[in-house]
Amino acid sequence: MKPFDKLVRSLNKGEISRRDFLQKASALGLASAIPASLMSSNALAGGPKRGGHLRVATVQGSSTDKLDPIFLSSGHTNFLWYSMHGQLTEILPDGQLAPQIAESFEPGADPSEWIFKLRKGIEFHNGQALTAEDVIASLERHRGEASASAMKSFMEEVESITKDGNHVVKMKLKSASVDFPVILSASSLSILPSSNGKIEQFDVGCGAYILESFEPGQHSKLKRNPNHFMSNRAFVDSAEILTIADATARLNALVTGAVDVIGDVDSTSADRLARKSSINVLDVVSTQHYTFPMRTDLGPFDNNHVRMALKLSIDRDDVLDKVLSGHGLVGNDHPISPANRYYNHELEQRVFDPEKAKWHLKQAGLSKLQVELSASDGLYAGAVDTTVLFSEHAKQSGIEITPKRVPDDGYWSDVWLKHPWCASYWSGRPTEDWMFTQGYSASSNWNETYWKNEKFNNLLVAARAEIDDSKRRDMYFEMQAICRDDGGSVIHAFANHISANTNNVGVPDTVAGNWEFDGYKLIERWWMTG
Amino acid sequence: MNNILRMLAQRISLGVLTLFIVSIIIFLAVSMLPGDAAQAILGQAATPDTIEILRKQLGLDLPAHTRYLTWLSSIVQGDFGTSIGNGREISEVIGVRFFNTIFLAAFAACISVPLALVLGILAALYRNSYYDRTVNALTLTSISTPEFFVAYILILYVSVKTGWFPSLANVHADTGFFERLEKTFLPAVTLTLVSVAYMMRMTRAAIINLLSSSYIEMASLKGMKRLRIITHHALPNAWAPIINVIVLNLAYLIVGVVVVEVVFVYPGLGQLLVDAVQRRDMPVVQACCLIFAATYVSLNLIADILSILTNPRLLHPK
Repeated sequence: MKPFDKLVRSLNKGEISRRDFLQKASALGLASAIPASLMSSNALAGGPKRGGHLRVATVQGSSTDKLDPIFLSSGHTNFLWYSMHGQLTEILPDGQLAPQIAESFEPGADPSEWIFKLRKGIEFHNGQALTAEDVIASLERHRGEASASAMKSFMEEVESITKDGNHVVKMKLKSASVDFPVILSASSLSILPSSNGKIEQFDVGCGAYILESFEPGQHSKLKRNPNHFMSNRAFVDSAEILTIADATARLNALVTGAVDVIGDVDSTSADRLARKSSINVLDVVSTQHYTFPMRTDLGPFDNNHVRMALKLSIDRDDVLDKVLSGHGLVGNDHPISPANRYYNHELEQRVFDPEKAKWHLKQAGLSKLQVELSASDGLYAGAVDTTVLFSEHAKQSGIEITPKRVPDDGYWSDVWLKHPWCASYWSGRPTEDWMFTQGYSASSNWNETYWKNEKFNNLLVAARAEIDDSKRRDMYFEMQAICRDDGGSVIHAFANHISANTNNVGVPDTVAGNWEFDGYKLIERWWMTG
Repeated sequence: MNNILRMLAQRISLGVLTLFIVSIIIFLAVSMLPGDAAQAILGQAATPDTIEILRKQLGLDLPAHTRYLTWLSSIVQGDFGTSIGNGREISEVIGVRFFNTIFLAAFAACISVPLALVLGILAALYRNSYYDRTVNALTLTSISTPEFFVAYILILYVSVKTGWFPSLANVHADTGFFERLEKTFLPAVTLTLVSVAYMMRMTRAAIINLLSSSYIEMASLKGMKRLRIITHHALPNAWAPIINVIVLNLAYLIVGVVVVEVVFVYPGLGQLLVDAVQRRDMPVVQACCLIFAATYVSLNLIADILSILTNPRLLHPK
């Protein structure tokens, strides 16, 4: 079934609201296809209301989590940092970049220099005024010899960070990058108060909420910051982030009213949960995608015909239907999602074609192919099931895939980047440049396919510095096509972020898809209705 | 009494030796796991460069025996050290969790031990009756069902459908006593259901075993009531095996309840241990394991002392 038909069916069955429908349809680029009769929305009643206490349960969080944003400890801390800290820039619900702590930002002579004008009068939760020094001290921790930051590879691109007065910060890059300000929206790059050029306090920020208590792996309690520098956000008085790792416990907590919002609803429970009248399930098209990276530096995957044969041997619709219960979109063997800005919608969708796969095998000089595919269910729900389905599909092209279940523990250190072929996933990145640089450029540590395509890498560098929007668009379109036809990854699906909330939670019309929980900004964007 | 003291001294020194051996085994086992704390903290975001720097910062670049000896020398001085994962004092992290674990275990024991004894005595009294068979069948069923399943069933009927009890047992340090009791009720009932069968069946078996002995026969020939025979004559001699099984169950309630903790989101030691192993947070793993091992050692010791105290022949040997 086509995604759009599926949406209409869900709407007619009352599984999704009109608002969700509109949101998803427009994410599919199908807004114009929506029948006029469906457009008379009555779901929207009243705007955001102030007050109340919001409780959100997330799957992530470990008792070893640390408050220091230099470590990407877990989704729980990520969520917390976006609630209590400010960043120079911010990704809005519609995916556009906006200044946050910065009042404005602009390139210098060319995009290898960026000038950030800071808002005046911002105060940290302890009353300290935010100045350019705090920004510099916060960002400097992520680069240099001794830094163990997860953002180091990005911040190494920065040559110098200087200030010009108390409210202007200039960053000089080693090479031009049009999308550089987007990176500064990362939660790790939160701005913390400094003293004498050092960051020593981690429980104080300048964000919309003040941290009251933090128990790693259990909960974080927040209250509204009355002195926040932005209006029209931060509606609830107080909030709580809870870690509930067990999927059933999370559902129960929502159903019994112990929490108001839960994340990571698995796609099989989502439809059943949506039948409850007191609960609203929200399906947001995201950049999160599932990949099967082949090591293109090893045989047999060094031969593109083999890679093509495998890409043609998976029935994507079947996987989307069975593993994701339709809560997602089929992938086209490149990592750019319809939620991205330069998604190439002109590119033909790759479909299941065993005959063509056989032809490619023949070209590779093989009559049949035997390969092993490693996966673990700890990656995402249904990872192992997907490999089993894939191996069934591939039989029709004469390819024998042996699904290999490996332990979740130590997957990223022992399986990923090590085994010739394994399952992997990406939460996706807000920009094409970020995604391609991290996952597909020849020099990246996380180039999971060890893919080195010269044309692709040249385009990547050129696009990064290209100011002309339509030229950039063409470059990214071409890179998606190269990745699809030569890249080393079978990218079969984009998974939606599925969350569920009780009816007394107010949800904005547009919900961000860059991260789960409205780009982890749910606490300052959502509200309580009763 | 002297021989009890001697045994106590002997067993405590053996216990300390056991803990020492346990700590070596745990250290080796965690070292053998793939990856280390630096990789676990950085996760998918790790690069060889940042891993190296983080290892240095955390002191993981030192050889294994140096790390073990450093840890051992501080533990001997009563310093558990700090967590590699988040730099907090371990005594602080574990203190709250340990209290939670003990609270839940004690709550569950307060329900399950009296219940098991009463059910067991009654089962012995009405041996082979319908009551006996029903109790046996029910307890065996509940013990044969996995804990998480018992927990889900309870949550479904007592929490989701009726709303009588909360399904989340997320207690905090500032949760009041009665609220704590309410929040931990379902986990405690779950643990009761999965632990009562052993104790009840041991009580029943130990008493029935004695009922065929001649002094019991004598008592019943004198015309004593059956209940009185059991409580006054059989039970005192049956205590030793019953105490042993009760204590083993108490140990289980403290160290073996991680699944129940996960289902009810209860912040106990088990969950902490699992997190620490995943993050290769060696000092925390060690501290948790030592607490668990010490629990077993001391509870076994208590069981032995109690069985001696309840048995005059062992208490006053010739």
